Amino acid sequence: MNSNGHIHDNGSGFEPILLILFTLVIVIYIAAVVISSRRYKKWPLYRTFFWILGTICAASAISGPIANRAHMDFTAHMVGHLLLGMIAPILLVLAAPITLALRTLDVPSARRLSQVLKSRPLRILSNPITASVLNIGGLWLLYTTGLFGVMHQDALLHALVHFHVFIVGYLFTASMIYMDPTPHRFSFMFRSIVFTISLAGHDILSKYIFAHPPSGVTKEQAENGGMLMYYAGDAIDVTLICILCYQWFKATHPKGTLAL
Amino acid sequence: MDFKPRNQKDQSISELRYTYSARNLWSGFLFGIGLVAFIDEAIFHQLLHWHHFYDKSTSNIGLVSDGLFHALSWFATVGSLFMFADLRRRKGLWLKRWIGGVLLGAGSFQLYDGIIQHKLMRLHQIRYNVAILPYDLIWNIAATIMILIGITLVIQTRRSLLKTKEDARNEQ
Repeated sequence: MNSNGHIHDNGSGFEPILLILFTLVIVIYIAAVVISSRRYKKWPLYRTFFWILGTICAASAISGPIANRAHMDFTAHMVGHLLLGMIAPILLVLAAPITLALRTLDVPSARRLSQVLKSRPLRILSNPITASVLNIGGLWLLYTTGLFGVMHQDALLHALVHFHVFIVGYLFTASMIYMDPTPHRFSFMFRSIVFTISLAGHDILSKYIFAHPPSGVTKEQAENGGMLMYYAGDAIDVTLICILCYQWFKATHPKGTLAL
Repeated sequence: MDFKPRNQKDQSISELRYTYSARNLWSGFLFGIGLVAFIDEAIFHQLLHWHHFYDKSTSNIGLVSDGLFHALSWFATVGSLFMFADLRRRKGLWLKRWIGGVLLGAGSFQLYDGIIQHKLMRLHQIRYNVAILPYDLIWNIAATIMILIGITLVIQTRRSLLKTKEDARNEQ
């Protein structure tokens, strides 16, 4: 009871800052849409919708009722994990924020941004293999070592783990489906193979959690959380597979000169 | 799988089928694997609760094989249907060969599941606390029948394929 109260205090301390941050993220995006739509073609409305929805998903995972329950309830933790690490990243990637930024910024700034995108660190990070290892490997580290238990004692570590889950979730999604300009592209075949292997890694981990509860989680909770991770993860992964295959399908249109 | 732009009007259906015969087979095969994996999961795991995805908490290899297979089956299902759409788009769909591929894929996966996963690795059984032999027999015999019909369809389409090729050569 005591330790729960302690964590809750820390959580509510962060909450106003997070709320301002998320509102700001949405406001900046909408402002960019308005500014750039004056100069160029109208920015599609569904992208703005995806951006707002994605931000809300991420926000609801780290503050509010789900986040509060996640400290005691492993299933709620897993709901938060799915929202933060999988659903929010897909929605935000579909909102094509980098394209919007390049459209909105003045030419020198846009050039600088594309320089950053082309840089070596980003080339390494956006490689599907690196992104998968950071994403799935990070989850293995979290749930199979003592990290999960330690995380709930330390507010800073807790925030850091959540930040990691979100950032690598975005990185992973962006490395698999190219919605934004991507300087270092990989073939559909290569991305499909890496994607399948990391999907398997996610499946195996969720079954592993089912059989071996993480530190401080009861057997029953681990079974429920593992099953949720398995089936809900599947639903989201299938969405991602459909988008990837659809892009592939479009790219290999017979009227083109070369397919695949 | 590169596409050579040609005058589509000049190509008869059999020529298109010939061009895409392998793709018809692969698309069907992958869809067959995905279909059986889906039926197995949806009906036996989730609706009937006959067995679960993880019945043996000691076999780590079984866990890895299951995870990889699950991931592959999802990708196979979605990918094969996009291949199907692609074949239709190119007017190269050959339904008979595609169905042959489906039966071949479905049967092969079911037989793999029935022999390797159920019996050799003993990962899970079809059902528990009942005489398992009838279930095993039905499962594996059904798989064998699917494979046999699949092979028949593939051989039949292959014959007409070779005939088309020969006709084309005689015309020249």
